[in-house]
Amino acid sequence: MSAVATSLTPAADAPKGAAVTFERAAVRLGGRTIWSDVSLTVAEADFVAVLGPNGAGKSTLIKAILGLLPLAAGTASVLGRPPSDAKGRIGYLPQRHGFDTGTRIRGVDLVQLGLDGARWGIPLPGGPGRKRDAARVAEVIELVGATAYAHRPIGKLSGGEQQRLLIAQALVRRPKLLLLDEPLDSLDLPNQAAVAALVRRICEEERVAVLLVAHDINPIIGYLDRVLYLAGGGAIEGPPEQVITSETLSRLYGAPIEVLHASDGRLVVVGQPEAPFVHGDRHA
Amino acid sequence: MPEAAVFQGLSWNPLTDLQQLFTYPFMVNALEAGTIVAVMAGVTGWFMVLRRQTFAGHTLSVIAFPGAAAASLAGLPLAVGYFGFCGLGALALAGIAGSRRSLSAESAAIGSLQALALALGFLFVGLYHGVLNGLDSLLFGTFLGITTEQVVVLLAVAAAAVALVAIAARPLFFASVDPDVARAGGVPVSALGFGFLLVLGLSVAETSQITGALLVFALLVTPAATAHQLTARPALGIALSVALALAVTWLGLALAYFSIYPVGFYVTSLAFGLYVLVRLGRALGRRRRATARLALEAA
Repeated sequence: MSAVATSLTPAADAPKGAAVTFERAAVRLGGRTIWSDVSLTVAEADFVAVLGPNGAGKSTLIKAILGLLPLAAGTASVLGRPPSDAKGRIGYLPQRHGFDTGTRIRGVDLVQLGLDGARWGIPLPGGPGRKRDAARVAEVIELVGATAYAHRPIGKLSGGEQQRLLIAQALVRRPKLLLLDEPLDSLDLPNQAAVAALVRRICEEERVAVLLVAHDINPIIGYLDRVLYLAGGGAIEGPPEQVITSETLSRLYGAPIEVLHASDGRLVVVGQPEAPFVHGDRHA
Repeated sequence: MPEAAVFQGLSWNPLTDLQQLFTYPFMVNALEAGTIVAVMAGVTGWFMVLRRQTFAGHTLSVIAFPGAAAASLAGLPLAVGYFGFCGLGALALAGIAGSRRSLSAESAAIGSLQALALALGFLFVGLYHGVLNGLDSLLFGTFLGITTEQVVVLLAVAAAAVALVAIAARPLFFASVDPDVARAGGVPVSALGFGFLLVLGLSVAETSQITGALLVFALLVTPAATAHQLTARPALGIALSVALALAVTWLGLALAYFSIYPVGFYVTSLAFGLYVLVRLGRALGRRRRATARLALEAA
């Protein structure tokens, strides 16, 4: 592993148009190597899931792509530039626990912030820029299907409704890359499937590459192009049917792992160091 | 009539009473100062409530008290004490917030600072050997004896602070609502938090000079909290917050002029009354909607 390369030089052989390229990348936090030797290519309009047990460094990967964490080794290129230059060109939805019910902000204002929240000065009311912005906000809210409740305070909405508006906020500046950190985490099963379907549609219609961090592959597996599985300080990337296998995951963990196919089509990963994520009442 | 220039009490003729309010220069100064302070408190208060920093705001107002007491002890203008101590207090609060402790540790640290400020205030008042008969007005406010120079200083500071907030309005709103996404979008979240505390310190220092250190909240929190109750639209909310602060200030000053009770009492009670009315109105509206829904489902 070459430790001399820095994160500031884009990967030389980055495929043209790739949204994200990591080449033998490593991240260290507080003296501990979170993961190393991670190589990854996310092509334009690819839908990639980032999977792995707790503490495997999934959110760390998102932060590295955002340029918020420097690489300790290897190279990275995001939208054709070093990650630190990519700020503001990526749609990002951090891991969160929803807005509490007292939050008195309308969804439409939250989406508007995605567009002009980093701009200084006072907007001129009624100017042409204002109208264009308002039209774009309305358009992206329509795209995620949130028009009916976008003018209500966000704290009063359900988790699924909040998540749609937050995805609209991340999309409003027409980014070519969308990073979603556990967007399905607090949703019930029908909403998980609905949001996954929405993300797939956005991928295709808006030509956006998506990296979605998830805990469970089952609700999203039908919509995915590829998965990146982080575990044991390393990672494996590929199509889901090649990565989520007993053989591949055992190699990654360095321990015997079994992938079971339930009769309803679910995948169950057994034998990980952390408890397996089996959900009793999953609908196929 | 020679009595025209003499205080006449309430005549119950609105026009005469209004005229009387503007007869004396001290009252004109008080109305000008009140107006400036209300605008500034309305704007910064709206952001303070949004950012859930009312405890920090309250601590700054308690810090204003030793500031004013120290200034009178040293024979300096009160404004020097207010601005100096509130500025230092804002720096201390920013230091506490910047050390990234847990929320409970942060509020405990702010609370300790508040207790220290109150103790210092009493020390300074004690050192003054009791001649400080202005203790009441330091704590609970006064509108008597505001000079034209004071009004000019208030205006200059308020104009600068409101301009700063206006320029940073959208990034500050973004950083307050959604700090993680704002940071990823290139908004300097920590710098904005620090800058806002300084502006809040200035606001508290200004407001203290009208409402007194203990009743700063009447103008800084209550109108803003009422506005947040009334609307979730940011621009409308800020405008409402300012309008409510202006209304309670003007009405409070007028009532204090015609009666024997202090201005701080009126401003606080009016603001509180409005807040309670709005809360009650919203609760009633919710109940009516729920009943209507039930009736609809039953039909």
